[in-house]
Amino acid sequence: MAFSLNEDQTLLKDAADGFFADNAPVASFRKLRDSKETLDPALWGEIGAMGFSGALIGETHGGSDMGLRAMGLVLEAQARTLGVSPLFQTGLMGATMLKLQGSAAQQDHYLPKIADGSLSLALALDEGAHHAPHKIDTKATKTADGWSLSGKKRFVPDGAHAQTLIVIAQTDAGLGAFLVAGDASGVTRQALSGVDSRDVADVTLDSVAVDDAAYLGGKALDEATLDLILDHGRIGLCCEMMGLIGATFDMTHDYLKTRTQFGQLIGSFQSLQHRAAAMLVEIELTKSCVVAAIDAIERGKGIGEAVSLAKARAGDTLQLVTNETIQMHGGIGMTDAHDSGFYLKRARVLETVYGSSGYHRDRWAKLHAY
Amino acid sequence: MTDIETFRQETRAWLEANCPASMRTPMPEGETVWGGRNATFKNPDSKAWLEAMASKGWTAPKWPKAYGGGGLTGEEDRVLQDELRRINARPALLSFGIWMFGPVILEFGTEEQKQTYLPDMVHGRTWWCQGYSEPGAGSDLAGLQTRAVLDGDHYVVDGQKVWTSYANHADWMLCLVRTEPNAPKHEGISVLLFDMKTPGVEARPIKLISGASPFCETFLTNVRVPASQMLGPKNKGWDVAKRILQFERTNISASGFGSGAGLDLVDAAKESIGLENGKLANSDLRSRITKQRMYERAFHLTMRRGQEEAKAGAEVSHYASVLKIAAAKLNQDKTELLVEALGMEGLGWEGEGYRPEALKVTRDWLRAKANSIEGGTSEVNLNIVAKRVLGLRDHQ
Repeated sequence: MAFSLNEDQTLLKDAADGFFADNAPVASFRKLRDSKETLDPALWGEIGAMGFSGALIGETHGGSDMGLRAMGLVLEAQARTLGVSPLFQTGLMGATMLKLQGSAAQQDHYLPKIADGSLSLALALDEGAHHAPHKIDTKATKTADGWSLSGKKRFVPDGAHAQTLIVIAQTDAGLGAFLVAGDASGVTRQALSGVDSRDVADVTLDSVAVDDAAYLGGKALDEATLDLILDHGRIGLCCEMMGLIGATFDMTHDYLKTRTQFGQLIGSFQSLQHRAAAMLVEIELTKSCVVAAIDAIERGKGIGEAVSLAKARAGDTLQLVTNETIQMHGGIGMTDAHDSGFYLKRARVLETVYGSSGYHRDRWAKLHAY
Repeated sequence: MTDIETFRQETRAWLEANCPASMRTPMPEGETVWGGRNATFKNPDSKAWLEAMASKGWTAPKWPKAYGGGGLTGEEDRVLQDELRRINARPALLSFGIWMFGPVILEFGTEEQKQTYLPDMVHGRTWWCQGYSEPGAGSDLAGLQTRAVLDGDHYVVDGQKVWTSYANHADWMLCLVRTEPNAPKHEGISVLLFDMKTPGVEARPIKLISGASPFCETFLTNVRVPASQMLGPKNKGWDVAKRILQFERTNISASGFGSGAGLDLVDAAKESIGLENGKLANSDLRSRITKQRMYERAFHLTMRRGQEEAKAGAEVSHYASVLKIAAAKLNQDKTELLVEALGMEGLGWEGEGYRPEALKVTRDWLRAKANSIEGGTSEVNLNIVAKRVLGLRDHQ
């Protein structure tokens, strides 16, 4: 297993860390939040120009083909500074959906637009408050010249701004994936105001007509493929969570070394030292699981188990570290003026999307037949 | 063919010819080989297997050949371990000497000391024990009081050690002693090596809550040790002591405290409690078992990551404490859950009415309480991570 980064990956990590620190510092997220915006078109343009959205896309389609580890490094860097962009939904979910389910013609059409950042996508999957990818009521009915889609998708990440939605719906042959323009007739998008101040929307489809070319792969999306696509996404979320873990732990570590009370640095108190060290133990264990999950995807073996391990652990560790960040900062951590609240709010959303820790522990147990 | 492939083929052929068939079966209780002057071999194949491995130096594969080791590179050693695993070979020798003391003798010892002690370790002719803790020096190890006073060309040692693993079986002790009572506590410690047959050495086993007695109290009264048997410079013993603790923590973690054979937690729970609709019938236990299993998996992945990063030359000394903390937790959680999964059957002490593997669960559960104490308590290891890794300072 390759736990260490290779030379290309190290270069990419440095580039991504530098890019987001310069172009999307936490202060710019704060500005966006204050103006009640959930998209920063200039940043997304820069991300496209940097080639980040093409990390999973082959060179023939204009991408860099650097792989999931590379995409994970970029997402981690973006999350570290709370950068807001459609990179995850477009460059990871959209690209993976097209690669694993799209026809050659669909790939030729869409992948280059993902690679250069000229198209944004969002997966419209879940229909309730809890992740349940195999419980889909949205219907796709065959018509004379295409398909008609009806149903309601809830809490769709990036659902308000994405130019194209990838809608998962029931067909006569099982689940199918359909590309639907966000402004198509019959599509209603209700932007929601979520705790993390990011794009999330309810999407209602009322007899939305799409042509046959919108049906991904022209065939049903079988359960194994949907799971595999979602497992790619869950790894991306894990990498974002590692970014938040890194940022909040560093912030707290610095605070322990600078804040004084009772005439002492608070980091000299053993109760805080032990809790900081215990966090580091959890972080080290979590890191190994995330890399192992990427490795499982690349080798095509034991994917579900490895990904559920990573998502559950990353979720638990992130919850621990964000809560300790607030507690160890004391009153200042409770104020809106301090950044720690932003991380706490974003953390819970990432923990929940595509399955909470509890969901993934349950999945792990099922995969082990108990 | 590359050199390493040649090495693999030769190793495979050698093991095929030299590893007795019974040594490729799971190790039953009572057949482990610790060696030593009074070694007994319940299974005669164990003796042949030890002699064969020792003749190649493969009981200490990476030690220099000059001292009886195998002289293998890291890559060759990994191939050897692969090939041993491939045929499910039993360990030829369990040895604190090879795990902890040989490496520091190689690092700190004189040429004469290396020649004297290392080959005997490789061949399993000596069983070593570790004279560290004392009644008044547990977590505060550097507060140890056992004194060694120079008298001519000998040190005279007086004091008491405790928690000395298998001191009643051991042939030699590596012992921490105070040689400078007036210096700050870390600066007056030295390391002496002595034969357990030296007059004045008495080891008494301590009976533990598990019923077993793996540890001893060791009384040292007027023990005369030749001055040439000091390891490293006088009063610089703390450096040696810390290095040994690192090896000890890494070894404890690598073993995961697991005694290998025994009931699998999920299988035991399924059998004892049963499934409903494909899920363990007690949903609360199912969720706690899952947490433990996932933690265990995360731990093993982190062990591998540590080994890989060490191979790539990264600074990994902090892994010893991080992994020790995690290993203690995972083994204690696992043994608690096993007891719970077996219900009343997990709470037997001995005799009829309990399956032997269930009795082992009880004993393992009790034994595991020491996991967060031995080799540095979890609290001491948290201190080490806080101070050495996170750079958090003491009160000023």
